Amino acid sequence: MIESSSNEPSLIRVEDLTVAFGEEKVVENLSFSVRSGQTLAIVGESGSGKSVTSLSILRLADMSGARYLSGRVLFQTAAGERDLLTLSQQDMRSIRGKEIAMIFQEPMTSLNPVFTVGDQIAEVLQLHEGMSRKDALAEGVKLLKMVRLADAESIIGRYPHQLSGGMRQRVMIAMALACRPKLLIADEPTTALDVTIQAQILAILRDLKDSLDMAIIFITHDMGVVAEMADDVVVMRKGHKVEEQPVDAIFHDPQHLYTQTLLSAVPKLGAMNGEDFPKRLPVAVYDEAGARTEGEVRVQNTANYGVAPLVRVEDLVVRFNVKKNFLGRPTHRVHAVEEISLDIYPGETLALVGESGSGKSTIGRTIQQLQESQAGNITFNGKRFSDMGKGERRALRKKIQYIFQDPYASLDPRKTVGFSIAEPIRTHGILHDEGLIATRVSELLERVGLSASHARRYPHEFSGGQRQRICIARALASDPELIIADEALSALDVSVQAQIINLFMDLQEERGLSYLFISHDMAVVEQISHRVAVLYLGQIVEFGSRRQVFENPTHSYTRNLLAAVPIADPQKRVMLAIDDTEIPSPIRAVGNEPEHLRHKEIAPGHLVAE
Amino acid sequence: MAETRKKRFARPSMELVVGAVLITLIVLSALFAHQLFPEGFDRIDLMSRLTPPFLKSIHPLGSDPLGRDVLARVVAGGRISLLVGITSVIGAVTLGVTIGLIAGFYRGVTDMLMMRFVDIQLALPFILLAITFIAILGGSLLNTIILLIVSQWVQYARLVRGQVLALRDREFILAARAIGVKDWRIIVQHLLPNLTGPVIVLMTLNVANNILLESSLTFLGLGVDPTIPSWGGMLAEGRSYLQTAWWVSVFPGLAIMLTVLGLNLLGDWMRDHLDPTGKTSI
Repeated sequence: MIESSSNEPSLIRVEDLTVAFGEEKVVENLSFSVRSGQTLAIVGESGSGKSVTSLSILRLADMSGARYLSGRVLFQTAAGERDLLTLSQQDMRSIRGKEIAMIFQEPMTSLNPVFTVGDQIAEVLQLHEGMSRKDALAEGVKLLKMVRLADAESIIGRYPHQLSGGMRQRVMIAMALACRPKLLIADEPTTALDVTIQAQILAILRDLKDSLDMAIIFITHDMGVVAEMADDVVVMRKGHKVEEQPVDAIFHDPQHLYTQTLLSAVPKLGAMNGEDFPKRLPVAVYDEAGARTEGEVRVQNTANYGVAPLVRVEDLVVRFNVKKNFLGRPTHRVHAVEEISLDIYPGETLALVGESGSGKSTIGRTIQQLQESQAGNITFNGKRFSDMGKGERRALRKKIQYIFQDPYASLDPRKTVGFSIAEPIRTHGILHDEGLIATRVSELLERVGLSASHARRYPHEFSGGQRQRICIARALASDPELIIADEALSALDVSVQAQIINLFMDLQEERGLSYLFISHDMAVVEQISHRVAVLYLGQIVEFGSRRQVFENPTHSYTRNLLAAVPIADPQKRVMLAIDDTEIPSPIRAVGNEPEHLRHKEIAPGHLVAE
Repeated sequence: MAETRKKRFARPSMELVVGAVLITLIVLSALFAHQLFPEGFDRIDLMSRLTPPFLKSIHPLGSDPLGRDVLARVVAGGRISLLVGITSVIGAVTLGVTIGLIAGFYRGVTDMLMMRFVDIQLALPFILLAITFIAILGGSLLNTIILLIVSQWVQYARLVRGQVLALRDREFILAARAIGVKDWRIIVQHLLPNLTGPVIVLMTLNVANNILLESSLTFLGLGVDPTIPSWGGMLAEGRSYLQTAWWVSVFPGLAIMLTVLGLNLLGDWMRDHLDPTGKTSI
């Protein structure tokens, strides 16, 4: 299907590739090809085999014990077409980095923390191009300029921890492009980045692809990113290619049921225009039985604004000391939260959105008493934290529950799931009889869509979505009034995400729960929340009902944030002018206090910073 | 899901079988040394001094410079060596892990005081500590064990503190705090089970070390009554005959080696078995 427009031969052709680890085939009979100057996106959810495919092309999968049961990977090298699967690791080393380069998801872990950026770029050039160190460093500066790092001369002498996430990813791209590779494999390169930074990186990659006439294999789970980047798309599921089409066709005329399901599960920004309340939507499900939609549409009119707020946060300030002088006095502080005030009403979902450093998680952690505040008040059910005794504050941890981003990390790997779910029950002495506790755990597991027999298993035996359900069951165990969900959906596949959103909404309807929903994902926030607070550097820049903030975004930051969200439609691809503004650091010297924003009410309940 | 679980329990573990057999044999023979060798390990027979092994049936592993039976002495020597080696390690682990957990979990002043104490002790030479200790308390089996505990616990304290510092910021610990779980329960229920792996590895290595330390103490006249045989003591005795009568020191050395091997195998099995993910770490 791909050899449509040009007669130019493919740069890389993967034919009938089957990769196995032990007895388990993780990629089966996969074929695709990419031409120079083209971007192929490989999309799939976790376990689809997309990352293994890229590691197999580079033969890095060998290191984890992969076996290639069938197929060829034909790559056009300077010396003609070679089958990469038949080359020795020795020969592969001269191809890796030089002809095929790769960038990874985590720019922090893929850079060596003890060497400067210059050392690491120079190493590649010295190794592959035989340059002297001096020439290599000079070339390094050019490369950093190519990825639009403004202050390249100074950045080259810095260590990775001195750079922001977006800058590090640019350094990674500069390193990958050092030898002008013909093929760049990008494995989820923007997943760990903020949306505005993601938009910058995508724009840089698109530009460089054209100017260097490079091919890109772009691996992602994000349909929005696919729409922004790809020329052709391969959709994978459980090691198989289910569909391959040019990008427009994938989005407008998906052939396979799985692709259709995947697309319908993607939350679309703007899909809720004109709605006053969040809405529970049916979920598209695809499994062995076929594709179908499950669940009903229901307007989530649960918030009760007629009573006193459940939680009231007034002028909250949270700062951390980061640098100390030799006398142990702090010289620099992170200004995580600066005079924030907000209310959460019973049955309401209040969303906190913002990018890294905006202080959104810190607010949640302070309400959960995982973090001390420096000033301000938090009131729960009309009583201030500061007026509560030790016992009362402990009891609050029964009323307020916290759900973390990574469900695997937040479950003790050595304890059964049943133990973890029972922990709040035992801790607060809600039930004492072991039999009753076991019954309650079974009920909770069944409520979140698992079965009672799962209680005896360990966290590693579950999938990501199941683990998040376990965390939700644990949060429900003490019958809380408020659940703080801190990026609780970010680590999940979109189809699972949709199911968990509905679970959250059902539980809210059933129990009148309030949620503090902390997220960077604007589309999810639009679907789930009653009111939204947009945070920037520890302060609220815009606050209002979901409809006010999404349909009438007034502050420029809110608008930027919304514009940077990739839209899952290639025809709406917006060529954003590359905006090189970094998110400023919330770290300030002692005495250099930030200015506090003043808010103007432009409509009832809609506050915008001046 | 169910498969991995089944695999973990169904796999007949070579480590477990070999380790358990070795340790059972060694411990049983040490316990029943008197029954196995009613003549005792002390019978001097100058006529058959330095008999090479495998020649005479009364001295299957040969005899030492005083004509004492090497096999009987190796078996009997296991009593002191195993007792000292194993109890001192258990004592050191208990003390070191407790202090490491508290220091790592509470940080702050507690941590600083405890770790400075550890540093001071690490800076103190073992022999100096031993001489002072024994000079004050006198040499005996119990004092040897106490001395070894006092000198070895710091390793566990350091190891555990490091592990706890890494674990305490993990989300599942944070999650337990968010629920309101009390500190001591977090320490016992969540931290302790998650640091068993490295502690077990260090323990099995430490047993061998302590068996040898006991012999150096005995050699210096600071340890157990030197007339009671121990593996370390026998190694030291045989040193001067190494060129002419290798068996005097090789067999006790072999006994130490087999004990350590058995404990290591058991330790590895235990570490893997205690980890529900079945992954091997360290």
